[in-house]
Amino acid sequence: MPFSLHFSPTPLITAPSPLSKPFFLVPYYHTLHAPKSPLCSSREHALTHQGKQEAFDRRPEDSQTLPLGLRKDAMPSHVAVIMDGNRRWARLRDLPVRSGYEAGVESLRKIVEICCKWGIKVLSVFAFSSDNWFRPKVEVEFLMSLFERGMQEDTGIFFRENIRISVIGDLTKLPKALQELMVNLEEATKNNARFQLIVAVSYSGHYDVVQACQRLALKAKCGLIEPSDINVSLMEQELETNCTEFPHPDLLIRTSGEFRISNFMLWQLAYTELFFAQSLWPDFGEAEFLKALLAFQQRQRRYGV
Amino acid sequence: MEKEVMSSLKMAGNILCSASSFIRKCIFGVLRVGPIPNHIAFIMDGNRRYAKKQKLSHDGAAGGGGRYDAGFWALMVMLLYCQELGVKYITAYAFSIDNFKRKPEEVESLMASMLEKFHLLDILVKRLAVRVHFAGNLELLSNELRASAMELTEATAEYSKSVLTICIAYTSRDEILHAVLESCEQKRIDLEFDNDDDNEIKLMKVEKNMYMAVAPDPDIIIRTGGENRLSNFLLWQSCWSHLHSMWVLWPEIGVWNLVFAILNFQRNKTYYLEMKKKEKEL
Repeated sequence: MPFSLHFSPTPLITAPSPLSKPFFLVPYYHTLHAPKSPLCSSREHALTHQGKQEAFDRRPEDSQTLPLGLRKDAMPSHVAVIMDGNRRWARLRDLPVRSGYEAGVESLRKIVEICCKWGIKVLSVFAFSSDNWFRPKVEVEFLMSLFERGMQEDTGIFFRENIRISVIGDLTKLPKALQELMVNLEEATKNNARFQLIVAVSYSGHYDVVQACQRLALKAKCGLIEPSDINVSLMEQELETNCTEFPHPDLLIRTSGEFRISNFMLWQLAYTELFFAQSLWPDFGEAEFLKALLAFQQRQRRYGV
Repeated sequence: MEKEVMSSLKMAGNILCSASSFIRKCIFGVLRVGPIPNHIAFIMDGNRRYAKKQKLSHDGAAGGGGRYDAGFWALMVMLLYCQELGVKYITAYAFSIDNFKRKPEEVESLMASMLEKFHLLDILVKRLAVRVHFAGNLELLSNELRASAMELTEATAEYSKSVLTICIAYTSRDEILHAVLESCEQKRIDLEFDNDDDNEIKLMKVEKNMYMAVAPDPDIIIRTGGENRLSNFLLWQSCWSHLHSMWVLWPEIGVWNLVFAILNFQRNKTYYLEMKKKEKEL
């Protein structure tokens, strides 16, 4: 069943863009997400073979929602994504930048559908960073209108699919109409429990910590708490991710081959597994997402111990 | 005859060392054409796996080859290479607050190993004119270890060629919390005595109170051992850092690993500088 009228049936395998960064420019140090190399191919073959064996052993009802190789018990509850590469995608195709952003929105819709299908509870996306305000005014205005349009068009889907929307970031910098729309949508969908989409707009990890710090300082000033009571738990209650049951992402995916966090959710990423995908965000589809999840499930998480 | 063979072997060894040293100098010379990172941070993961591989004992005594000895020497070698390259700040994640959850005998062995290494470190850093700084909640350490750490910090305070920051009893969340508490306390004092009407706590105030305030943000964070996560290390400072994960275990890290990491950093430096500038403007 299509997730929305805007979707076409999702292909199982998305071909990597022929104009993506060539392999020889990419540092080869993590075989599971690097472009094809002999070692990478054999590792993926081993994983697929293991997945086939597990699928054979699995009960019929479990295999209906998850693809080969993925274990239901090891699915991440919260996945965060830095949706990088929209402008590069458009430039490589000689298209205007806005086409890249529109393709990015389509890619996001597909990933949301896949998350709902595969039982991931929360998806956080870095839609617009505090630093993005420095981009050309025309581009910023287009992005604001794209957010507005996207939220308005997909409101029906959020209700039909029981999706909760939360927006984090410094919303005071956004146009008034968009602020109102976001606040109303958050309020209207707050009881939806199947899946939560957290959209980070005008957000930075530093801003999140500093605003939490200011709130705690204000509470201490008003006598609601003692300064000596301030601990990790109180701090987390004041961070913007207090809107979800799972505030710490299990997996962070960054597309376009860049190896940095770019000021996204710094506190929350303490024990998050990082996955750097080579493809640009509009090309990031089910196949790449499956690779990321398979890689995640292979990792041994020690939480610092 | 035997003496001649030995002296020939020794000469061959010296020639090879000189040749590899020459090659290294040439490679470093090429690297210096591009931007050299000012600050490299290391997550020294893989010591236990290396010890298991080499079947090393826990005992750090002579002949026993303690589990973390090789890791210590790897850090010293990296320090030397970084100094040679012109990297001014080096940070190493030696012991996390979460590591206290390990088996008590393991923690004890690690603490004993660290205390032993501080004496060696004292000699080496004075030779290399390296300032040593310890970042972390040192109150969690034993009195002896804390005293040694403070002594080393004071003894090297005047050196300025390089700065080695050792993160011990450290997690980034603890660091941020500590900085937040300090900032709140300072704001309270400012409001009380200076009649300061501005209730806002600024980002720069929080940054000044970090354990890592002695060094700028890292340009590269290198993690050995094949994992791809930060493990509560420099979360605040890593926002624009180039993250480099390598399969090699920490005690096995070599010059080529470092060269590769720096080459990758040089590809992306322009973007990183631009972003740092924009954040300061904000």
